[in-house]
Amino acid sequence: MLSIRYEAPASVGEAVALLDADEGAKVIAGGTDLLVQYRSGLREPTAFVDVKRIPDLMEISIDADGLVLGAATPAAEVFENTEIRQLWPGVAEATDLIGSTQIQGRATLGGNLCNSSPAADTVPALIAVGAQAVIAGPSGERELAVEDFVTGPGQNVLGRGEFLVKLRVPRPGPRTSDAYLRLIPRTEMDIAVVGAGVALTLDEGGTCTAARVAIGAVAPTALLVPDAAAALVGSSVDDAALAGAAQAASAAASPIDDKRGTVAYRRKVTGVLTQRAAAIAAERARER
Amino acid sequence: MPKTHVETTINGEPQEFLCEPSESLLAALRDGLGLTGTKEGCTTGDCGACSVMLDGRLVPSCMVLAPEAIGRSIETIEGVAQGDSLHPLQQKFLEHAALQCGVCTPGFIVAAKALLERNPDPSEEETRYWLAGNLCRCTGYDKIIRAVLDAAAEMREATA
Ligand SMILES: Cc1cc2nc3c(=O)[nH]c(=O)nc-3n(C[C@H](O)[C@H](O)[C@H](O)COP(=O)(O)OP(=O)(O)OC[C@H]3O[C@@H](n4cnc5c(N)ncnc54)[C@H](O)[C@@H]3O)c2cc1C
Ligand code: FES
Ligand code: FES
Repeated sequence: MLSIRYEAPASVGEAVALLDADEGAKVIAGGTDLLVQYRSGLREPTAFVDVKRIPDLMEISIDADGLVLGAATPAAEVFENTEIRQLWPGVAEATDLIGSTQIQGRATLGGNLCNSSPAADTVPALIAVGAQAVIAGPSGERELAVEDFVTGPGQNVLGRGEFLVKLRVPRPGPRTSDAYLRLIPRTEMDIAVVGAGVALTLDEGGTCTAARVAIGAVAPTALLVPDAAAALVGSSVDDAALAGAAQAASAAASPIDDKRGTVAYRRKVTGVLTQRAAAIAAERARER
Repeated sequence: MPKTHVETTINGEPQEFLCEPSESLLAALRDGLGLTGTKEGCTTGDCGACSVMLDGRLVPSCMVLAPEAIGRSIETIEGVAQGDSLHPLQQKFLEHAALQCGVCTPGFIVAAKALLERNPDPSEEETRYWLAGNLCRCTGYDKIIRAVLDAAAEMREATA
């Protein structure tokens, strides 16, 4: 067995060069997915490229445009940030759901996205708030919407030499807020059976003028569900609109049967969580 | 096979060791440095027995690569007592009989200490959630929670 190298590049450019030169090299952020996969023999990287010494990857900054979140900032640091909790409560609550306190000291939102599990908790929350992924690679930087990042279970758009540098989240306008809910069989430390993230905007009269609904764990990738958003827009987010959103979300789900839940159950719960998350987001939006 | 040379700070003291680049910090602490207070339970991030502080943040040391420690500061259970005098958490764990086999105890103490440093007056619920990633197969948790809350109360009194 060849020894695996450990590399700790200090800049984005250095990391791109390392990843481009060696196809078997893997980025390590918190390692809470990668090291579990490595130790169980699922992955055998030739090198661990630790990106936590690159300042861009560890940055958290909030300005008039919104949030810039370095891909390797630990979940605990994201959740401890009171401004993030106020401006993007749904993203914050999704972040706080990942693992235990210890896991949150390591796990990152970048890793959650790049691991590309359909059940990743922060992904639907990020899609709902319209987050963008900033990717660096041999031919420079590119940016794309989070909903276009994951292409299948464990698969994403990253090509050779590319890695995720940061996430950009637009600043919510007035009366705009978000929420994320997931179902697990207990209160801590489990993988989502269903997840639902909703962000929406109300006008002064309380009518919904914009909405984004995303569901997780019920399809090969987290999905943006425009039909569910359409059911909310133009309404006062009343019971009829919520029921419409629930129905649209259930219809968009294409879950699998496994030990965590059957197809019928997951489909049903997708609607229920969508409806509840939309009601919470609306309540929060009224308070902003 | 080339080993990686790691210079780091452990419990306030400069330390150096050699490790495999893919080795966990947990393995390096236990096998490389003989700091066996930090326990191995699952090595998959689920049990909290391997809890340490890395640059002031509570982490599972089984989910950290040993070379990541280069230039960082690590605190382990070995640094919790001051010489012969136990930390209030350690004292209360003894008083409340909050351990049986003891394998989970160092992880609980390191994690509880991190909680009390951030929140000197946690509620029972906050304490239970903070420690949800520390598993104990022996005690049934109640004595552990009581020991932590009692230590918190004593520490608040001492600083009042
Ligand atoms: C006990 C436990 C409980 C968990 N609970 C949850 C949970 O409740 N919800 C949940 O969603 N997940 C959970 N997870 C899974 C995991 O913690 C999360 O997916 C976490 O966000 C992964 O982040 P990381 O930084 O540790 O990723 P890593 O393990 O470092 O990386 C994951 C993958 O992404 C790649 N990668 C990481 N960063 C980048 C980057 N910047 N650019 C390109 N590629 C990158 C890595 O190469 C690897 O393939 C849990 C894991 C454990 C061990
Ligand atoms: S040994 Fe690290 S969490 Fe169990
Ligand atoms: S005392 Fe035995 S595992 Fe906790």
